[in-house]
Amino acid sequence: MNPRTNTGFWIGFVVVVTALAVVPLGLPEFWRKFLTEILIWGLLAMSSDILIGYTGMVSFGHSAFFGLGLYGAAAALLVLRSPNLWIALAVGLAAAAVVAMFVAYFATRLRDIYFAITTLVFSQIFYVIIFTWTDVTGGENGLYFTQPPFTIPGIFSIRFSTVSLHWFVLAIVALSYLALRRITQSPFGMVLQSIRENEPRTRAIGYHVERYKIVAVLLSGLFAGLSGTLYAIQHRFAAPDFVFFTVSGEVVIYNVMGGMGTLVGPVVGAAFFLLLREGLSRFWAEYYLIPLGIAFTLMVIFMPQGLLGFLKRRVNQ
Amino acid sequence: MFEQILVQTVNGLVNGMVLALVASGLTLIFGIMDVVNFAHGDLVMLGAFTGAVTVAHTGNFWLGLLVASLVIAAFGALLQITTLRPLIGRDPLTTIIATFGISLVLQKYALWQFGPTAQNIPQPIPGRFELFYLQYPWYRLGAAVMAGAIIGALYLFLKYGKYGIWIRATTQDRVMASAMGIPVPWVHTGVFAIGSAMAAASGVLFAPLAAVTQTMGFDFTLRAFIVVVVGGMGNLGGSILAALFISLLEAYASLVVSPSQAVIVSFVALILTLLFRPTGLFVPTPK
Repeated sequence: MNPRTNTGFWIGFVVVVTALAVVPLGLPEFWRKFLTEILIWGLLAMSSDILIGYTGMVSFGHSAFFGLGLYGAAAALLVLRSPNLWIALAVGLAAAAVVAMFVAYFATRLRDIYFAITTLVFSQIFYVIIFTWTDVTGGENGLYFTQPPFTIPGIFSIRFSTVSLHWFVLAIVALSYLALRRITQSPFGMVLQSIRENEPRTRAIGYHVERYKIVAVLLSGLFAGLSGTLYAIQHRFAAPDFVFFTVSGEVVIYNVMGGMGTLVGPVVGAAFFLLLREGLSRFWAEYYLIPLGIAFTLMVIFMPQGLLGFLKRRVNQ
Repeated sequence: MFEQILVQTVNGLVNGMVLALVASGLTLIFGIMDVVNFAHGDLVMLGAFTGAVTVAHTGNFWLGLLVASLVIAAFGALLQITTLRPLIGRDPLTTIIATFGISLVLQKYALWQFGPTAQNIPQPIPGRFELFYLQYPWYRLGAAVMAGAIIGALYLFLKYGKYGIWIRATTQDRVMASAMGIPVPWVHTGVFAIGSAMAAASGVLFAPLAAVTQTMGFDFTLRAFIVVVVGGMGNLGGSILAALFISLLEAYASLVVSPSQAVIVSFVALILTLLFRPTGLFVPTPK
């Protein structure tokens, strides 16, 4: 890591964040909200990249973390008389953390496909619970609540506009990205990558692989929960659909399309997928998944490094 | 109460046999190719639709069963050649992701081709018999027997058939089998075709018991995954026992809670299995 690439990174980072902050001012309402949504899904995609891209564990159950963040925030907003943004975030994160702990405990014992299948089953357990426990979760109808105002305790409180909400989400996502980048470049992140490359050897060198995996799942779950709470704040409703497998599957698609193990890639993948869906579903309703699914499968076979990796290679040539 | 338990036992066994047919296809494919087929349930669904269309046109259930199996077997072979063959030698995780993509495509294709309304196949064996307090349709037992017969035929084929022996040889040692002149890539294709045909057959057998919809595939995939892990990945006998075990558990659980909640019991069974016997419940403990 020499200083020059580092300055390059920071310049790029500031340019992208500034662009993302300024662009919505010139966008119509719909696309402004859409951009915010892309950021939220991008955060979810980044969170799963810690597992898929860095540790080599494919999670098919990220909807559980996302959904619990969503429902946790919903609970906080519904129960409190005056909805508070920070309490909603805290409760959402706590709910996701509990689930992540639960999953992480099992993750230490399982590898490869077993991990993938178990995460899938876990997310379905939470889906069934949320779907059938109608008294508390509203069942199929979901929960509706009001948007909390943006507050700095004791100083001021202001209602979100679509622009200020976008800035708020952008700030959280950008900070999360920096945190995740720092984590993946730290010695801890290096150990995760060595688990991906060769688990038995990592163990033989003397690393406690299970502990590293637990922490990786916990971190991933926390950031996924964070994106769930952001989604709750933006959309003001929670539905069992967000805990269903479809969400987890889409997260895997974002990762594969954008490029696993790059952090930025999954966000690009999410943006690409959501834009494509927005464009295609106007003409083809649900059938847009046919060409998209074919493209996805072809990418798994021929372009496993994803869009970003592919472009990088092209540029380097 | 006692009668209810007996009825649920019969229900559990019937569902278990159909599930065993799905799972044995999945476990056969995994055992030989290291491919975890996420699209397996969608092959069940496509088979059910193919069967429903054939039955609607010809009025003959058994013809529908045959046509669905053959069509889906050919389709499976095509799928294997185009998408899975290039992935040989890559991580099994890659195959889950690739077949997940296929599953998306198949599901939406079925929606496009067959529409969102549920389809039905009338029960081919009419009549009911008295089982305590209810009239139990003969067909349910017939479906279980048919599923058992297909699994039995597979077993005999693997044990005595020439190609069956090829398959077993490839499972044991891919390189050695290839050295002995067995065309391993084609064995893979063949196995995938057989697995797909079994999925399609179970779809057709299942169709008269419930409605055929394009979303039924995911449910089958999930349940087949659970069964295959509980029974031990790649272990045919274990999968059958596990399918019966899981279905019985669910049947008994639905005496107490609603059927949609009873699924959790099988999830818990899977988690306990992975915790205490990660190699599967029905295989001897490795030394």
